[in-house]
Amino acid sequence: MNSLSKKDKALLLFVAVMALLAPFLLNPFPTDSAMAQFNAGYPDLMQRFAIFGILAIGFNILFGLTGYLSFGHAAFLGVGSYSAVWMLKLLSMNIIPALILSVIIAGLFSLLIGFISLRRSGIYFSILTLAFAQMSFSLAYSVLTPITNGETGLQLNLNDPRILDATNTTGNLPVTGLFGLEMRNTFTLDLGAWAFQFNVGYYVCAAFLLLAFYLSIRIFRSPFGLMLRAIKTNQTRLNYTGLNSRPYTLAAFVISGMYAGLAGGLMASMDPLAGAERMQWTASGEIVLMTILGGTGTLLGPVLGAGFIKYFENIFSKINETVLHSWFSFMPDGLNDAFVWVLHFFVGKGWHLTLGLLFMLIVTFLPGGLMEGWERIRDKIRGGKGGGKNPPAEATKTPAE
Amino acid sequence: MGILEVQNVNKSFGGLKALQNVNLSIEEGTIHAIIGPNGAGKSTLLNCFVGKLIPDTGTVMFDGHSLLGRKPHEINQIGVSRVFQTPEIFADLTVLENVLIPCFAKRDGAFTLNALTRVSGETDVQEKAEQMLIDVSMQDKKDMIASSLSRGDKRRLEMAMCLSQDPKLLLLDEPTAGMARADTNNTIELLAEIQDRRHITMAVIEHDMHVVFSLAQKISVLAQGTVIVEDLPENIKGHPKVQEAYLGVAAS
Ligand SMILES: Nc1ncnc2c1ncn2[C@@H]1O[C@H](COP(=O)(O)OP(=O)(O)OP(=O)(O)O)[C@@H](O)[C@H]1O
Ligand SMILES: [Mg+2]
Repeated sequence: MNSLSKKDKALLLFVAVMALLAPFLLNPFPTDSAMAQFNAGYPDLMQRFAIFGILAIGFNILFGLTGYLSFGHAAFLGVGSYSAVWMLKLLSMNIIPALILSVIIAGLFSLLIGFISLRRSGIYFSILTLAFAQMSFSLAYSVLTPITNGETGLQLNLNDPRILDATNTTGNLPVTGLFGLEMRNTFTLDLGAWAFQFNVGYYVCAAFLLLAFYLSIRIFRSPFGLMLRAIKTNQTRLNYTGLNSRPYTLAAFVISGMYAGLAGGLMASMDPLAGAERMQWTASGEIVLMTILGGTGTLLGPVLGAGFIKYFENIFSKINETVLHSWFSFMPDGLNDAFVWVLHFFVGKGWHLTLGLLFMLIVTFLPGGLMEGWERIRDKIRGGKGGGKNPPAEATKTPAE
Repeated sequence: MGILEVQNVNKSFGGLKALQNVNLSIEEGTIHAIIGPNGAGKSTLLNCFVGKLIPDTGTVMFDGHSLLGRKPHEINQIGVSRVFQTPEIFADLTVLENVLIPCFAKRDGAFTLNALTRVSGETDVQEKAEQMLIDVSMQDKKDMIASSLSRGDKRRLEMAMCLSQDPKLLLLDEPTAGMARADTNNTIELLAEIQDRRHITMAVIEHDMHVVFSLAQKISVLAQGTVIVEDLPENIKGHPKVQEAYLGVAAS
């Protein structure tokens, strides 16, 4: 198969191995140790890594390649979730129809929003997408209550039809599955002091992440991807080359909307409920942060950015003052209190502060995101052979060497 | 009838009359030079050909089509390419990628949308692009990012991009500005050869008289928005009106 270059194959393989071994890699600390709370290898969080990875990969196809900054991608995520839950209610607890519908509906929805928003570029485009997303949020929250169940959110119900499934006589809510394989199934491997968890849902998400990543590599390397990058650098020249950029940006917009729909569908497949808050502007902003943090326009960056933010959200937010006190208990009381007082701003509910600071540092010192950091380290190791200097624009290119 | 027929074109910016009753006829297959002092309205005239500006009055006909009211990409699709005074290239892409884009673009504006083939696997297009770079002797720079090129190289790249489209009419706004003498001579050779081989009609705006007299088969002199003389090169050199236009403007 000649569809990928050697380098890209290696990259895909790297991501595949990482995804496969994630339950080990993310669980480096023994279960009973004090460090165990920094472990991220539990199903819920690993699923989120993969799902938000998909979301960021899709966003990057739009923002990284064309430079059009959408501030409304959470709307597609939400639409995907609602569609999936409806499929789970009406048709079957099998996640496949749910995922198919979420991708299709998100695609149609992004076609509509993209068609209107792409009449403008730059900040006006961003504002338009933001406005549409907020409109969708308000609609989901109030007007469309019959479809979205408003504030409460859309949930499964015992007397949903589920016409393809056998009648449920257990009296319990059914669980999502893939042809009978339940998403919540987890196999725990106890190895000495460690406990590694292998969850079906995570591996399903990881498989979709790999597919999403593979498609994104293909798009990046295709004439279509080249065209999208040309749109980012000079639309004037493109016009004077006889090309109308709109259909191509719209295609990129819809593709990235479908990625978001898939992510939303997977979210609902792992945990079958959908709420309007998933569409809020803060959620859209988070997608932008993930992509920039990881490295806009790079293949791997957005996945790293998504993992980074989700890790902080889940790990730092769990650290509270009691935990801090126990860490600094070796210090004299006064000093202990002082340390805890300073640090408590950065953990628990204050994790946003930590994230904000990190974001600021990374954007200031590594404008190309985590990927630029990685490239600089690699250049250092190779002994500055490549000149060491690597402007951010270069990071988005297929390296020439 | 020329391939490009410009009649009674007027264009004002506020009170400034940039073009006044401009008439111009470019014969198919020839190189037509447009010269004139700074601010004479040369670039403004080209802008009226490619859909960047719409003249206040007048007509611009190309190959039987009116160019007025058409969008830039539509005008390009009927065969008009333009090299700009300040280079318009894809600055963040490599030199080769810059040429690949017009090579991928079809004449009707369609672009290979296939998102799943590889750019590097499209050997026909790759070969065409590389050949084009060889023609403008830039093949050794093909992996450089375009923004890092010298001004002269940027212009040569832009020329390569336009030529790879096989236009019927090529508009060149100061193609040799910013080039070293040797590169200027190469460019003259390139343009002469292209015109010889492919019979592309060209309109060249140029301040460098060496370039003008090496290439042009016809010259129009523009001053303060009007064509003061249109004639063969040998008649332009000593023309009193031309000398007056250049010296007169220089003195004011
Ligand atoms: N978009 C515009 N808005 C206002 N004035 C303009 C515009 N474009 C050109 N002009 C004015 O029209 C006149 C003609 O400009 P133009 O650029 O056509 O000159 P030119 O002959 O190309 O000069 P040069 O040799 O310096 O490139 C100038 O006085 C210029 O300031
Ligand atoms: Mg000019």
